[in-house]
Amino acid sequence: MAAYATMQRIVYDIAEAAHSALRAAGRALMTGIPLYAQIINLLAAILLLLAFAMLTQRRVLSLVDLFAAQGLALSISTAVVAFGTHQTHLYWSAGLTLLLKVALLPWLLHRMIRRLDVKWDVEGLINIPTTMLIGIVLVVFSFNLAYPISQLASTVTRATLGIAIASVMLSFLMMITRRKAIPQVIGFLAMENGLFFAATSATYGMPMVVELGIALDVLVGMLILGVFFFQIREQFDSLDLKHMEKLKEGE
Amino acid sequence: MSAAGFASQFLQFAIALALAPLLVGWVNQCRAWLQNKSAPSLMLPYWTIRKLFAKDAVVAEGASPIFRITPYIVFGAMCCAAAIVPSLATDLPFARAADAIALVGLFALARVFIALAAMDIGTAFGSLGARREMFVGFLAEPALLMVLFTASLISGSTSLPTIVDTLAHREFGIYPSLAFAGVAFTMVSLAENARIPVDNPATHLELTMIHEAMILEYSARHLALIEWAAALKLFNYSCIGLALFFPFGIAAGGDWSAVLGAVPVLIGKLAIGGFLLALIETLSAKMRIFRAPEFLGTAFLLAVLAMLVNQLLGS
Repeated sequence: MAAYATMQRIVYDIAEAAHSALRAAGRALMTGIPLYAQIINLLAAILLLLAFAMLTQRRVLSLVDLFAAQGLALSISTAVVAFGTHQTHLYWSAGLTLLLKVALLPWLLHRMIRRLDVKWDVEGLINIPTTMLIGIVLVVFSFNLAYPISQLASTVTRATLGIAIASVMLSFLMMITRRKAIPQVIGFLAMENGLFFAATSATYGMPMVVELGIALDVLVGMLILGVFFFQIREQFDSLDLKHMEKLKEGE
Repeated sequence: MSAAGFASQFLQFAIALALAPLLVGWVNQCRAWLQNKSAPSLMLPYWTIRKLFAKDAVVAEGASPIFRITPYIVFGAMCCAAAIVPSLATDLPFARAADAIALVGLFALARVFIALAAMDIGTAFGSLGARREMFVGFLAEPALLMVLFTASLISGSTSLPTIVDTLAHREFGIYPSLAFAGVAFTMVSLAENARIPVDNPATHLELTMIHEAMILEYSARHLALIEWAAALKLFNYSCIGLALFFPFGIAAGGDWSAVLGAVPVLIGKLAIGGFLLALIETLSAKMRIFRAPEFLGTAFLLAVLAMLVNQLLGS
């Protein structure tokens, strides 16, 4: 009985010691973040979640909706950064993002899907659980990559740099795993979302001229790719890019 | 380690044992209402258990001792879990014995034995159910561990009472990681409790059943214990979810009035949780078994993301 009591006390002591050490660490982690930064963190997490949702989404139409949702999260988070840090030019970026990525590009994509009559299922090259696991590895990699960089940055939002890099990587992965043309283009556009978020979180946004230039580039790129889609389909009767490989054999 | 602690431990244990069948009855009733059926009595699970205890048990020919002992092991494991999970108070002397990881181990122990018993008889359905159960289990367990790790990272301890204490008395803040972990936990508990997107608790249709296929050979007191243990499992999972994500109202210290006050709060939270479970079950369709990896893979993904996001944004 006495031995039991002693053993219990020892276990209790060890548990208490470990607990107080861990608790101190936990407290050091979670204090002193202003509310707007917490909202940005939440939006960053949503952005990452949407990147994963796009990675695993089979249907083209839902993919466009997810892309629009990602643009909305990006726009709101840019506006919150602008509000929190009093960087008025970021309001313009937020408005531009809202206009371009939530309204104009999804509308163009929807119109294109309707015109091309491609409401089919998108099939991935590797199955979805595997894609998710590769995605998790990419996220770990980008968090590790971003950690030393974000230590150098002085912005409140520096912690979200890892998420920005992760969403760029996930868009890359999406472009790699998809065979159809439209999902690849959506992956490309989502990659631009991630880069934009990285710029906001690391340096409070790029200069206005650069931002306008990129916005215009994306828009023009989208239009040109739209023309390409019609050309590809006219040539091969399909938007599956595996037909493009035949060009090499023809030489 | 006080008399009050032991008293609240005992009260919590008794409430878990007594209320678990009621929770099952409540979920069934809500589901019947939502599906425009006439609802069975709230007390039906109690009557079933009493009826089964009164009957004579039949054991299949060639059953090994594992088959006979499994109901007691499963029921015991669920009782242990009910004693560890802080549903009423965090001052639990028994909870010092096991932390969140051991809790997952307890669930795994019950799962292994019930699968062994199912294969023991050698019927086709038994081994089919056992295989499916292990198939779901090996996907659900890592996700559950990751959810618990996320909560431990936030609170800095794997001991459940400490986690609940920290989460209940933290300063106000938005925790995206906890939101992710909450969704992941919901998905895992649906799978673990043989609920609709993965398994259908109300069917004995050969091709779809998982949990029911494993316990087909049980009768009388054995079946009563298994049913009661399944109810306790649902109760435990609900209490873990409530303790991690809605820890308000759980008594912190060893004072008695707070523990007694926590009882109606717990019942209210369980009633809402049970209704939401019935709602989820009504709104979703049962998946093919081979879609389960996708479902649970998503849960795992969310749980891992919760942990990573917590690591990144917490600093």
